[in-house]
Amino acid sequence: MDSAQIIIQALNGLSYGLLLFLLATGLSLIFGLMGVINLAHGSFYMLGAYVGLAIINLTGNFVLALLGAALILAFVGILVERFFIQRLYKRELDQVLLTFGFAYIFMDVAKWIWGGTPRSLPKPPFLNSSLNILGEAFPVYRIAMIIIGLFVALALWLFLERTRVGAVIRAGVDDQEMVKAMGINIKIFFTGIFALGAFLAAFGGVIGGPIMGAYLGLDFNILVLALAVVVVGGLGTLKGAFWGSILIGFIETFGKVFFINFAIVTIYIAMALILIFKPAGLLGKEESY
Amino acid sequence: MISILNKLIPAETNLPWLAKVTMLLILVLLPFILSSYGLSLLTKVLIFGLFAMSLDILVGFTGLVSFNHASFFGVAAYTVGILVNRGFENFWLLLIPGIAIALLLAGLLGLLILRSSGAYFLMITLAFGQMLFALAWKWRSLTGGDDDGLPGIGRPEIGLPISMWNEQNFYFLVLILFIGSFLLIKKVIKSPFGKSIVGTRENELRMQSLGYNTWLIKYISYIIAAGFAALAGILYTYFNGFISPQELDWSMSGYILLMVIIGGAGTLVGPVVGAAVIIILQNLISTYTELWPLFMGLIFILCVLFARDGIVGSLLKLYQKKVGEMK
Repeated sequence: MDSAQIIIQALNGLSYGLLLFLLATGLSLIFGLMGVINLAHGSFYMLGAYVGLAIINLTGNFVLALLGAALILAFVGILVERFFIQRLYKRELDQVLLTFGFAYIFMDVAKWIWGGTPRSLPKPPFLNSSLNILGEAFPVYRIAMIIIGLFVALALWLFLERTRVGAVIRAGVDDQEMVKAMGINIKIFFTGIFALGAFLAAFGGVIGGPIMGAYLGLDFNILVLALAVVVVGGLGTLKGAFWGSILIGFIETFGKVFFINFAIVTIYIAMALILIFKPAGLLGKEESY
Repeated sequence: MISILNKLIPAETNLPWLAKVTMLLILVLLPFILSSYGLSLLTKVLIFGLFAMSLDILVGFTGLVSFNHASFFGVAAYTVGILVNRGFENFWLLLIPGIAIALLLAGLLGLLILRSSGAYFLMITLAFGQMLFALAWKWRSLTGGDDDGLPGIGRPEIGLPISMWNEQNFYFLVLILFIGSFLLIKKVIKSPFGKSIVGTRENELRMQSLGYNTWLIKYISYIIAAGFAALAGILYTYFNGFISPQELDWSMSGYILLMVIIGGAGTLVGPVVGAAVIIILQNLISTYTELWPLFMGLIFILCVLFARDGIVGSLLKLYQKKVGEMK
């Protein structure tokens, strides 16, 4: 591997990591606030890709597909949280099982509507070119992914650190009872954060569509990567999700270079090492594991 | 994450011996009444009933909700399937590598995943389960991957002049191993060790202060559960004659978890009832529509929302209430 290839692979790793961040940050925040691991989170990603593809086929507009798919699945997220998860308030394990049931339903609905053939999302025409980096061609789309990922990370950081709503969410992650004692209706925040998570996951599904496509099984393939991110980075914090995503993105990308078929194993080795030496993740809250 | 599950598990009950004999008699006589299709369903119920019982050791008794129980089932199934295809015949001898590899895997995974609990435990079991699924998918030279799978496994050679290609004979082999496993698991649950796993589920801190090594208790229980799942996986290999990576997938782990929940976690008989209900429902629904996973998801949700004790759990509660009233 020469230096140009290393730079190309590093950029690939970064773009992939930031794509994972879109997914993992929702998973992490939902857990932080609600204590629930949303096992349907990958399903929101997969459905986002499928719905985005349907909107592109209908309108030919990638940006419209991106926002449309994200909003539609955010709405689905609201329904799931409001009418199902909230009924089991304070029964976290049962809530997880509930999201597991939804994962089956979403998988089968996707199979029913879109069939078993893997599909690919077209890149938006204005990003469908490549740059020359040290003599190697690098797709502009990947650069756009990096910029969008960084932008979302910045927006989320500002939202959590600089707004009132963000302050309540951070407080809720730390001490939910205290937030309630302050007279704040935490249930609305639960619905909100769940919808935000679904929004970001579907958003990621469309962004990742031109690279990963949309296929049955994508839901759990991507969920497992997001789980690896939060295990490595730590649950409940934006910082953990961000650095965990980038780390897993790099490991997966460079793993593919060295062990073509068994790249996935490199991620689990990383996970195992973290579990042995730092069970709460690199940047996790100590009490959460 | 303190589980509500723990508080709902009803106390162990002893059925009157007459009920036990009747149940045994039904299981022995059914194959002579059933059609060959019905018999094959019943065999499948026993195999998955055993699988679900093994998961119940973790979910119901130890309080560990594991999302990768299919790993042990699948790894044992592959081990035996691969060895049969390479010319090894004797069923009893094949049990050894099949179960041993699952125990080894559980021993290794247990070291990693039992370092965490609650949400982390759940995530990590799911993640490692999917890793093994991905391995089975990609390691084509060994497993045949997803397209071909591992076909043509045939029926076990048990070293007696009895053909296992006869469905009734095969059923009785499964029945004997099922009953043996059931009695063994029951013995473990009732033993002092069984009490200590329930104690760990109920109050780990108190058990620790009483001097118990709760980590070791959970570790052993994890390995025992894997061993029985492996036996179920081996029987399934012979029953189905074909294995694919799907046997290790999350959807398989969830399928078994649903059986445990719908039957009643922590009751041991419940998961078998759950297996029967799910397999019969699956066959009924599959004749009308291909959307079985959708129905499974719905059953999952309805069960969690409205029938958290499961069938046997609810019946036991009702029975205990009645007994309580009579006293």
